[in-house]
Amino acid sequence: MPRRTDISSVLVIGSGPIVIGQAAEFDYSGTQACRVLRAEGLRVILVNSNPATIMTDPEMADATYVEPITPEVVEAIIAKEKPDALLATLGGQTALNTAIALHEQGVLERHGVELIGADVAAIQLGEDREKFKGVVARCGAESARSHVCHTMDEVLAAAGDLGYPVVVRPSFTMGGLGSGFAYDEADLRRIAGQGLHHSPTTEVLLEESILGWKEYELELMRDRADNVVVVCSIENFDPMGVHTGDSITVAPAMTLTDREYQRLRDIGIAVIREVGVDTGGCNIQFAVNPADGRVIVIEMNPRVSRSSALASKATGFPIAKIAAKLAVGYTLDEIPNDITRVTPASFEPTLDYVVVKVPRFAFEKFPAADPTLTTTMKSVGEAMALGRNFTEALQKALRSVERRGASFTWVGEPGDLAELLEVVRRPTDTRLQLVVQAIRAGATPEQLFESTRIDPWFLDQLFLLDEIAREVRDAEQITPGLLRRAKRHGFSDVQIGELRAMPEDVVRGVRHALGVRPVYKTVDTCAAEFAATTPYHYSSYDEEDETRPREKPAIVILGSGPNRIGQGVEFDYSCVHASFALADAGFETVMVNCNPETVSTDYDTSDRLYFEPLTLEDVLEVVHAEQRCGPVAGVVVQLGGQTPLGLAARLKAAGVPVIGTSPEAIHLAEERGAFGRVLAEAGLPAPKHGTAVSFAEARDIAAGIGYPVLVRPSYVLGGRGMQIVYDEGSLAEYMATATEVSADRPVLVDRFLDDAIEIDVDALFDGHEMYLGGVMEHIEEAGIHSGDSACVLPPPTLGRGELARVRTSTEAIARGVGVRGLLNVQFALAADILYVLEANPRASRTVPFVSKATGVPLAKAAARIMAGATIAELRAEGMLPASGDGGALPPEAPTSVKEAVLPFARFRTADGQVVDSLLGPEMRSTGEVMGIDVDFPTAFGKSQTAAYGGLPTAGTAFISVADRDKRAMVLPVKRLADLGFRLLATEGTAETLRRNGISSTVVRKHSAGSVDGEPTIVGRILAGEVDLVVNTPSGNQARADGYEIRAATTAVGKPIVTTVQQLAAAVQAPRLAAAPPRRLRGVVV
Amino acid sequence: MSAAGAVLVLEDGRTFRGEAYGAVGETVGEAVFSTGMTGYQETLTDPSYHRQVVVMTAPHVGNTGVNDEDEESARIWVAGYVVRDPARVPSNWRSRRTLDAELAAQGVVGISGVDTRALTRHLRERGAMRVGVFSGEAAQRPAADLLEAVRSAPAMTGADLAGEVTTAEVYTVPAQGERRFTVAAVDLGIKSMTPQRMAERGIEVRVLPATATLEQVLTAGADGGAPDGVFFSNGPGDPSAATHEIEVLQGVLARRIPFFGICYGNQLLGRALGFGTYKLKYGHRGINQPVMDRATGKVEVTAHNHGFAVDAPLDGPSDTPFGRAVVSHVGLNDDVVEGLRCLDVPAFSVQYHPEAAAGPHDAGYLFDRFTDLMAGADPATTTGGTAAGDGPGAGSGAGTGAATSTDDTPKGA
Ligand SMILES: Nc1ncnc2c1ncn2[C@@H]1O[C@H](COP(=O)(O)OP(=O)(O)O)[C@@H](O)[C@H]1O
Ligand SMILES: Nc1ncnc2c1ncn2[C@@H]1O[C@H](COP(=O)(O)OP(=O)(O)O)[C@@H](O)[C@H]1O
Ligand SMILES: [Mg+2]
Ligand SMILES: [Mg+2]
Repeated sequence: MPRRTDISSVLVIGSGPIVIGQAAEFDYSGTQACRVLRAEGLRVILVNSNPATIMTDPEMADATYVEPITPEVVEAIIAKEKPDALLATLGGQTALNTAIALHEQGVLERHGVELIGADVAAIQLGEDREKFKGVVARCGAESARSHVCHTMDEVLAAAGDLGYPVVVRPSFTMGGLGSGFAYDEADLRRIAGQGLHHSPTTEVLLEESILGWKEYELELMRDRADNVVVVCSIENFDPMGVHTGDSITVAPAMTLTDREYQRLRDIGIAVIREVGVDTGGCNIQFAVNPADGRVIVIEMNPRVSRSSALASKATGFPIAKIAAKLAVGYTLDEIPNDITRVTPASFEPTLDYVVVKVPRFAFEKFPAADPTLTTTMKSVGEAMALGRNFTEALQKALRSVERRGASFTWVGEPGDLAELLEVVRRPTDTRLQLVVQAIRAGATPEQLFESTRIDPWFLDQLFLLDEIAREVRDAEQITPGLLRRAKRHGFSDVQIGELRAMPEDVVRGVRHALGVRPVYKTVDTCAAEFAATTPYHYSSYDEEDETRPREKPAIVILGSGPNRIGQGVEFDYSCVHASFALADAGFETVMVNCNPETVSTDYDTSDRLYFEPLTLEDVLEVVHAEQRCGPVAGVVVQLGGQTPLGLAARLKAAGVPVIGTSPEAIHLAEERGAFGRVLAEAGLPAPKHGTAVSFAEARDIAAGIGYPVLVRPSYVLGGRGMQIVYDEGSLAEYMATATEVSADRPVLVDRFLDDAIEIDVDALFDGHEMYLGGVMEHIEEAGIHSGDSACVLPPPTLGRGELARVRTSTEAIARGVGVRGLLNVQFALAADILYVLEANPRASRTVPFVSKATGVPLAKAAARIMAGATIAELRAEGMLPASGDGGALPPEAPTSVKEAVLPFARFRTADGQVVDSLLGPEMRSTGEVMGIDVDFPTAFGKSQTAAYGGLPTAGTAFISVADRDKRAMVLPVKRLADLGFRLLATEGTAETLRRNGISSTVVRKHSAGSVDGEPTIVGRILAGEVDLVVNTPSGNQARADGYEIRAATTAVGKPIVTTVQQLAAAVQAPRLAAAPPRRLRGVVV
Repeated sequence: MSAAGAVLVLEDGRTFRGEAYGAVGETVGEAVFSTGMTGYQETLTDPSYHRQVVVMTAPHVGNTGVNDEDEESARIWVAGYVVRDPARVPSNWRSRRTLDAELAAQGVVGISGVDTRALTRHLRERGAMRVGVFSGEAAQRPAADLLEAVRSAPAMTGADLAGEVTTAEVYTVPAQGERRFTVAAVDLGIKSMTPQRMAERGIEVRVLPATATLEQVLTAGADGGAPDGVFFSNGPGDPSAATHEIEVLQGVLARRIPFFGICYGNQLLGRALGFGTYKLKYGHRGINQPVMDRATGKVEVTAHNHGFAVDAPLDGPSDTPFGRAVVSHVGLNDDVVEGLRCLDVPAFSVQYHPEAAAGPHDAGYLFDRFTDLMAGADPATTTGGTAAGDGPGAGSGAGTGAATSTDDTPKGA
């Protein structure tokens, strides 16, 4: 069946901000969809509130709306653009839920818009856990026993029947939000309570626990002719009980016989048909009892999911792209397989390699959070690796996640066996490493299986690694054979160095001398049955290399690795842009990255893709391989965030041509002392500071510059381990617990600037001229990490003079450091002094936001500058505006607001409390949204709606602010009152308000406890009586009250304002209804 | 684990080194690669692999061990086995032995640690060829000797191997439930799942040796009468060499007895109808092959294992001594003829494996077509089973009802 002719325009809904459980993979799938639909000659209309996405690049769609993804907004867009169809299966749960809402409100019908991909009936059958169980039964398969409950009473009754532990899960949530194991009634009341809250249908499912069973996933696709293929099978290394998003997963399935696999396949196909996913992809999860093979269907996602992105990268079968083609009417047999070109997509990929995905967690950022892995997804990103066997892929994946201690180590004492066997019972982000330590400590496979339920085959692979490690350690000398054997099982030069007590580079030297080097194989979907045309490579220590020679000079772009807090999809955006720009400029682009969620690892983004870890060893080998293929003009380390930047010096030392800002210049900006000198020369002030490696040193410095001080380890991104310290006591504490302190990694102590306006700048510099990309004024004051603070462009309150100082200071730094490409500078304006907080000689988190806000492709320009172009040339070419820049926007330019999205609701302390939602100098947000409109209030309003549904416009507001904020609070609170809010306040705050003529009701503090029935504020919040909470942390005393208030607010999911600046901005934001969606201006490309 | 060394030598001189796997010794055969990621036990015991050295493209082999249910015949047939990473510890609730031990016990010489992808690419480019695997002592011999040993081995083309794999005596696989039909199945290398699939549909299967005469076939029915249908199985070898079987088949067609053929059986129907057969460059061996059923326009993902194919015009009925015949199924990867159907006599066949062991169950409906044919319905109008909602089903209700119900039934033969 050819493409439908009755559809000429399609509205695509994106997935909004990056949140846990819904990350960059939806930019990847959405981008593929938009490309395909446009290639089909369809008019594509796109809505997505996330600026840090390739899909929102204006050239990806005919009409792009960076607007909140709410039914109201989408309806307005539909009314304006009149699309024929709506494609919602590529934008994750957000898009799916929005589409359902639009359907239920009759919007789609009213505007004659057809939902393509999956219809509402199918979506509901798939997503509604109760209905889905019916489907499973009709397919002759089994589901876990369960009861659907709408009230707490029903919940308790159900638990009585199912017995503990019992699984609680809300319907229509993604990433398992609000779900968990209840081991007793207390757990149950807590988890189910939140579950009922989180479910848009206030419905939770109580389910029989099948902890410890094997877990599998199948990715399927169906076309309108009812052809179905299974794209990929995935086996979870961690048994049932750990969310697949948090599990180490392996493709293809490793421990199924054909009969068992075909049974899953049969069920999967029957289910996709029964659910009626008419075209497109879906993901089905199974549990298999290791004792007797009994199969239970866990769930299905009738849409492109996180796993489909993984499956696409794992197999080379582009699920999203094909789903989009199917949605407009093609059948699988009509779509060619991109990679072989000669065979059709109506087949099932077969792999001759093994793929391992390892999740990346961020528990270090939430010290209070319980790192136990459960049914609620907690990881913030993932890394994938390919190898010719499991051990090679696993060890590559472990070094790809860039977590200290992730790679297996055989140094030091393994620890006590009995203890280890006990701790590995509980799945955590470090269980795998502990299992290997247990093996070192003498555990038997049986003991480990008993404690972990990890499949014996997987366990044996870990035993194999341990045996090889011993061989390497105990060998008289390293023979080529032994070295090759270690390499075939994924041991890095670093690990071998550890085992032989040699430096990494010596091992590498020996290895190269012995001619032991990786070859590069190709991902071809067909295990070499047909020739592949796409250079999508992975390394392996095997015999035959498949890279092809080339004529054109290549530029190698190093990506940013797994998403993590502080280094997210923004950096992938810049890498992808560089790839596009450099290809246009006539280079052959080579991408190196290991993050399966991203656009950069799509095999048709760059001319060549190496799916490899971003460690020195792996990058050196890729560069070596490419140098054999043809000339390599340079390696770009500036766009992938701190990961590649950290490699710059060592790459250069190894003779790799690093282009753009030189490693020496990078050092000038990154090393405190050197940077201090750069500033001094330019006569620019920085907060008083010093560096310390001991408490004594730190104490003296702090005494010298005065408290509060800001302390942090050097060479960090996202404010890792950063704290505001108010006195010597807490300083001592910090130094004691500070991570990674050593002579070459000292602790930085800064004077903390109070009441300072923070300013973020992104600029381009070519050695002569500077192009100021944009100046962003933060809404939260300095002290709240730039990544967590909302910011505004152009700056609403900065004067001409201040802007001029920002410009000259930025240029002075660019010159002083010797930047070639992008530079990010953070300033703090306090008492009319413009302090320089830091300079990042690389693309920053805000580059995509600035590019979207000003319509100038900064990352593309940066890439060109690194490759030798000047700003003047780029202006002439039209890539940059002929005159002016982002620091001097015309008055009629719109205002853009970036708001951060925070994951607090996901984390629980060991005893089940939510973690505190306070902002600070350590970044905690997972993603961002953008609001753009004529003026600040409107744009801010949009950003708030996009981030969390928006502030209430009426109702009850509770105010409790620290003394330092009492003055600043008065006006905004007055405005709240004028807006008609009913005000509750704690005594002190109420007092101030009263004196300023604002009446409020005093409420009991939590610490005061509730007396004769009168609830405390916490009680009222939990009871849902409060619509808006304003609570700013007071000084440095233990803030029990504040914490309880914020925790309660997070628990009931009400908006909370924790800074006075945020409140001031908030009360300016009018009703969203007043602000119609506006099309994003086309970017100059 | 310093296993004995082993070496693999191809007819064109390319050599790969590795470790001994399974039995230690030497073996020579035709090098073919199989791309299935599951089902090595079924593959090893598939008689069609007789005299072939099978290269597994899936790197990990042996993970689920060997059980007592999944073999497709009484023994391992492959002449040699080439893998990259054999399992050290099998893991599956049905596993009884390790694959390594099973190969050794059955004297199957293998080699592990080989860059099987490089080898596969080589075979893809140069075509299937003879290969030798030498381990232990044998591996120490001079390269020239080894190459000579490989080159002096008989080639596959022109070989009539059915005789070497077929059953010695007639045996019967009883119908499950009430018997609807009796079928004479000529064993040219039959897989146990095939009678199984028929039995599930109420067919009693009389399995006859490849040497069975037309007379014997015609009297194989219930109490000595004519069978309701005749079936020709898959099997090894070159169809052009099977003159006897072809004559028998022509006799069956002449008597308008419903006929169904699989794989080798499809090639024989082709030759019986006067079409040619030819050797593919490197064959189809895998369980992910898209085939279009031209009667329904639907694509099925199917299990393949064939080195030869029928040479028939893809479009339009062709005239044959038995009336008009059409190509009913086509392989979408390379347009190879994957099925034939006669319009004037009740006969059809497919080149691939609807019994699917190993492999997807999409094509199970073909067994229903066979029963329909015996029931007198015209094969063209029956597709057996509708898509949605009839049990965990790939293509067809019956086909997959069966698929799931057979999960623990012991092998037929
Ligand atoms: N009945 C159960 N018993 C034990 N673990 C379960 C059960 N159901 C689900 N899980 C675990 O919880 C995880 C999340 O459940 P799932 O249904 O996939 O929700 P989500 O929609 O968040 O993916 C699964 O990956 C699985 O590991
Ligand atoms: N001296 C200071 N006074 C007040 N706030 C500061 C100071 N230095 C840094 N900060 C705050 O800490 C945040 C993180 O510091 P920064 O140097 O930008 O580290 P990172 O490299 O993590 O971005 C900044 O965004 C700013 O809000
Ligand atoms: Mg799931
Ligand atoms: Mg910063």
